[in-house]
Amino acid sequence: MMELLKDTNIDFIGFRKKAFILSAILVAIGFYALIMISLGKANISVDFTGGTNIQIRFKENVDIGELRKAFTDGGISDVQIQEISGTKDFFIKTKFSDTDKEKIQDKVASILSGKYKDKKFEILGSNMVGAGVGKGLKKYAIIAVGLALVGIIIYVAWRFTFISGIAATIATFHDVVAILGVFYILDKELNLLIITALLTIAGYSLQDTVVVYDRIRENMAKMKSKDDFGVVINRSINEVLSRTIITGLSTLFALGALMVVGGEVLFDFSFALFIGLIVGTYSSIFVASPIVYVWRRKFR
Amino acid sequence: MIKSLKIRFILVVLFLVISVIYCMPNIIEPQGVWKKYFPSDKIHLGLDLKGGMHLLLELDTVKMMQNMVDRKFNAFKDAMIREGIRFMGLEKKENSLSVLIRAEQKEKLYNLVGKEFPDLKSGGTRTEGDNLHVEFLLLEREIANIKDNAVRQALETIRNRIDQFGVSEPVIVKQGENQILVQLPGIKDPQRALELIGRTAQLEFKLVDEENASRVTVGAIPEGSEILTMRTRNRETGIATTTSILLKKQTLLTGELLTDARVRIGGEFGNEPYVSIEFDSEGARIFDKITAENVGKRLAIILDNTVYSAPVVRERISGGKASITGGFTMDEAKDLSIVLRAGALPAPVKVVQNITIGPTLGQDSINRGIKATILGSILVIIFMVVYYRFSGIIANIALLLNLMYLLGAFSALKATMTLPGIAGIALTIGMGVDSNVLIFERIREELRLGKTVRAAVDSGYQKAWVAIFDSHITTLITACVLFMFGTGPIKGFAITLIIGMIINLFTAVFGSKTIFDWILIKYKPRRLSI
Repeated sequence: MMELLKDTNIDFIGFRKKAFILSAILVAIGFYALIMISLGKANISVDFTGGTNIQIRFKENVDIGELRKAFTDGGISDVQIQEISGTKDFFIKTKFSDTDKEKIQDKVASILSGKYKDKKFEILGSNMVGAGVGKGLKKYAIIAVGLALVGIIIYVAWRFTFISGIAATIATFHDVVAILGVFYILDKELNLLIITALLTIAGYSLQDTVVVYDRIRENMAKMKSKDDFGVVINRSINEVLSRTIITGLSTLFALGALMVVGGEVLFDFSFALFIGLIVGTYSSIFVASPIVYVWRRKFR
Repeated sequence: MIKSLKIRFILVVLFLVISVIYCMPNIIEPQGVWKKYFPSDKIHLGLDLKGGMHLLLELDTVKMMQNMVDRKFNAFKDAMIREGIRFMGLEKKENSLSVLIRAEQKEKLYNLVGKEFPDLKSGGTRTEGDNLHVEFLLLEREIANIKDNAVRQALETIRNRIDQFGVSEPVIVKQGENQILVQLPGIKDPQRALELIGRTAQLEFKLVDEENASRVTVGAIPEGSEILTMRTRNRETGIATTTSILLKKQTLLTGELLTDARVRIGGEFGNEPYVSIEFDSEGARIFDKITAENVGKRLAIILDNTVYSAPVVRERISGGKASITGGFTMDEAKDLSIVLRAGALPAPVKVVQNITIGPTLGQDSINRGIKATILGSILVIIFMVVYYRFSGIIANIALLLNLMYLLGAFSALKATMTLPGIAGIALTIGMGVDSNVLIFERIREELRLGKTVRAAVDSGYQKAWVAIFDSHITTLITACVLFMFGTGPIKGFAITLIIGMIINLFTAVFGSKTIFDWILIKYKPRRLSI
């Protein structure tokens, strides 16, 4: 039997104060990021803000990857490039708005003429586009997230306890907000892909929490007195630790491949999942269960 | 759980066979017998993965302003008549109305405008003897407002139509002043989509001018009447032909008061599709009045200036229900009901650009993504075998089953695969791996306690099952909520997750247990390679 961990006996509950401070900092940064995002001061993608559509025609075939690189090197990193089937035309979508439309067109022209001296190109036109994600959709998204949280609280409360239901949603929320914060600090672009990544992380984190809860519930049944709740939590987390590490490792392999081989467009997406994996695992051990512990001690 | 190994084995294989059958069209082009008896749909790819139809529509705001001034003109005329203001002339121009009245009625007119037409401002007067020429201009702010609203309304209407047409993950955004950019992934019938989106969908009811019908042949169209084309379809041959029909100009009722439109089948010609429509209370009242006053006359149902049918009103129709027949095909009736339900466009649209574009992310990113996914999966598979040895192989078989079932389900449900959808699959696979890790770690614990292989496997599965079930159900709850409220990419993510969770519960627990049991029964091993 190959084993990474053997009979660990780590006092996770003992770490709770340090963990709560760390989490408080993470969440504070996340909330700051949320405020900045709602004020429109973050690096928000074309999907949400709208931008300028530019159509370019080349005389010869141009590789889309090279074209993307030319833009990144030229200082326009947030571009969406689409080929038009059967032609040598490309659609370029950037975040920059109509007010500096002339500037954008000039900038694109100068970037391209620097890169493709021989491959003649012409800019067929540029046009301002509105945001791809409408206001109504945002409203629905908020309702959806709210309802999902309520659903989880009810289910977890039914299967475990009400306190654990609340704690699980807090831990999940903690993860999503923390990753938003990290992305804001790193000035990464928030696009639809990242939103999907956040949802994936929420799913992963919740699952991790439930697995720990399940073990706690099982061990509680064997518990003799009410005092050693902390001991039970510690034992339970230690018992599922090898599962946590193995699952985390195998997910890491898949994500690592995506980060190394996936190319720059998918890098941010896999990077978000990567941090999400770490924060999600951390929160199910150091946030979700300790909250239940502290809560029970305070109110019983 | 089902005890009989044979039945469980048959179930697993049966699902696998069904999945493979549904997946086949993605690998080889279906031909001959296959095409006839087996599914031949490929998995639909979203715009971000495949690209699609790129349409640039332009709203005819000039025409819209004309309609707008027309309506204002009629309302203005009616209001003056009602208020007893006598006028000698009333003219409409591009953005203004001018009226000729007696000078002493000036104040009365200004009062009326001030009270009922706040969007008009006085544009100067000119005396002509005892009479007064007064000009009223439409406020510029109002014009801008109307144009802006029109684009927004058009956007909403088009979004509604596309949603009901069933295209997932469309992009519909405003571009420039009065243009709308629409991108549709994986459209099979671009012409039909184009017609559906571009149709103005102005529904009108007008009376057929039968008294004067004979005079039209001479070439004189009587005042207050107009000629429109009428479309009829031969029931036997299915060929549509157009004829001319003389109608009274006055519109009795429009589609604005409609609340619902549905395709129904039946009617006097047996099994023909037609569209049944329902009006709101006001529409029902007007329709009741129209039919009561015109029993025995023909009432024409007009959509975008084409008459679809002109049935004779046999009796007064109350209740606000009517039907539009016209020898439609099923698709035509369906599209007609969609445009009627989604509402009319505020103005006609013109297609400026209609091209097919590549994927949003670029083909290069997708190719790299696919490469990375394959590499990642291989790494996970190797890791499982290295860490869990023989049991790792079983976990990998469960994983592959999971993937096959997922692809099969995707093909069978005709769901659209998008990048968020793939993220959903990744999460599913991740949970699949996790389920097996949970089970294996439990089995190891049980083995450490000194249980026999058979007992350890059984209780390992049993104990892990609770955690697996709970984590899957919580994820399923989130996915269902996201599916109900999410749109576009979020919905795609939710669909994969819902399908994935259900399949995962089956493969990771039921599937792998079946393999385990088969080995345990057949070989009765003393030790387990785990």
